[in-house]
Amino acid sequence: MAGKVYTKPMETKDSYEWILNQLPYADPFLFVDELHEVGPNGVRGSYTFKDDNVFYQGHFKDGPVTPGVLLTECCAQIGLVCLGISLLKQETKTGEFTMGMSHMQMDFLKPVFPGERVMVVSEKDYFRFGKLQCKVKMYNEQKELVCKGLLSGMLKMGKDHG
Amino acid sequence: MTQKQRYEQLENIIKVYLPEDVTVDQIAPESHFMNELNINSAHLVDIVLDVEDAFDIRLENEDMEQMQTVKDAVAIIDRKLAQ
Repeated sequence: MAGKVYTKPMETKDSYEWILNQLPYADPFLFVDELHEVGPNGVRGSYTFKDDNVFYQGHFKDGPVTPGVLLTECCAQIGLVCLGISLLKQETKTGEFTMGMSHMQMDFLKPVFPGERVMVVSEKDYFRFGKLQCKVKMYNEQKELVCKGLLSGMLKMGKDHG
Repeated sequence: MTQKQRYEQLENIIKVYLPEDVTVDQIAPESHFMNELNINSAHLVDIVLDVEDAFDIRLENEDMEQMQTVKDAVAIIDRKLAQ
């Protein structure tokens, strides 16, 4: 079940718009449509894999299935980056930041077909010294677990790469 | 715990995060974590978290900034344990 990350939302849905505006991605590599809950310990967000995506022509030749790397990317954009932005900037809500994924381990349980909407639930393990580690789970519209894993990345305010 | 035991325990933590092109015998008190042992910033955080668990201490951001070499880490551990 796509259980809630925490029981009492801190903000209303509209107030998550500032997080989406800070995302460094754009079409065709933006994999977040909407954030439903954002809290100090986790996030919940959704995305629909559009059925006209060009990669479906080749993955696979005889039957389109969303590539696992893109399910991982979707989990990372919602579960790690959106959560990271929220944790990093909840006071300022602006400013430059740098980030990079440092580790991922995923299990894939069910295929995601073109046009499917998925829900990503991310739970923070820790955010210390700029390193955010989260447990992520992705569910399909039947609330079946599609994939799950552990993701971590480095997030810092400022422009430096190091 | 003797100074030697502390160092060995730290060494055991560090070696888990060494990249493949760096060997355990390259760990020396003067070794710089990032420049010489080629440990990246994410793994440096892993080392700090493991050090916290192993020695039952808590490091702050300032400690992390000061922790450039193995010797720095030993000094921080000594200081925290003395508190």
